[in-house]
Amino acid sequence: MRIGVVTFPGTLDDRDAQRAVRIAGGEAVALWHADENLHKVDAVVLPGGFSFGDYLRCGAIAAQAPVMESIIKAANGGLPVLGICNGFQVLVESHLLPGGLIRNDVQTFVCRDQKLVVENVDTPWTNQFKLNQEITIPLKNGEGGYIADAETLKRLEGEGLVAFRYKDFNPNGSLNDIAGLRNERGNVVGLMPHPEHAVEAGFGPDASVAMRSGVDGLGFFKSVLNSVVNA
Amino acid sequence: MPKIIVEVMPKADLLDPAGKAVNNALHRNGHNEISNVRIGKRIELHFDRAVTDADVAAAQKIGEEFLSNAVIEDVVSVTVEN
Repeated sequence: MRIGVVTFPGTLDDRDAQRAVRIAGGEAVALWHADENLHKVDAVVLPGGFSFGDYLRCGAIAAQAPVMESIIKAANGGLPVLGICNGFQVLVESHLLPGGLIRNDVQTFVCRDQKLVVENVDTPWTNQFKLNQEITIPLKNGEGGYIADAETLKRLEGEGLVAFRYKDFNPNGSLNDIAGLRNERGNVVGLMPHPEHAVEAGFGPDASVAMRSGVDGLGFFKSVLNSVVNA
Repeated sequence: MPKIIVEVMPKADLLDPAGKAVNNALHRNGHNEISNVRIGKRIELHFDRAVTDADVAAAQKIGEEFLSNAVIEDVVSVTVEN
């Protein structure tokens, strides 16, 4: 179970994502932005951060990296790809997911433990969740406002492509409270909040049992290991 | 230096938080005659030779596909300075 984690210049959460893969029971494989070789991984995580300093637009320059050419090709062939935060921005800039992400409507960086509803469990990244399960994972972004034109939104809602929706509080002005999407095939999933920061008790969001004990993010990584095993 | 200048603006119906923040600051400074501010990007593509029609066509394409994101922005002008 080799899960690739891509590092671009300016990526921050690659080590956390690698650690999340290992805690879930997989082997984390570091992928480098300038190397188009995917090293026979079974899935790819595009982690969060500020790739290329958010120059031009968040994720826009990363989307042109050699490794992305291989990932786009492999994703179109069914390889599971998860984009987290800046990784989600890379996915929309790569046109693997529709729409765009703009500066938060509150005009400030937002960092909080965020409640989400998992609205789609038919993907390699969400199959260990229950439909409409509420999860809490950290959210930290400056440009997380999801937008798309009316026609695209209608299609996303009509075809059930909204994978995660903000619950109780919309932190960034995202249309329809959209926190994350899946593609038609389901193998590509992107979201702004950070599952890799909620995988080990003591270091996650506060939960009812104890402070910092939230591990709701682990489901993402267990899901992909489960789907790879069954593939 | 010959150059092509590509100008990109956030779509008109989209919230431009940077423009809004600057507008608020201008109003604090008494410039209430300014009703709105929008902030876009000016991108210069430099050439070591004269710019050709093909370069302009390529710049238009680069502008639409890479320098802007059609979901949130428009290329409002592509001009040549030879």
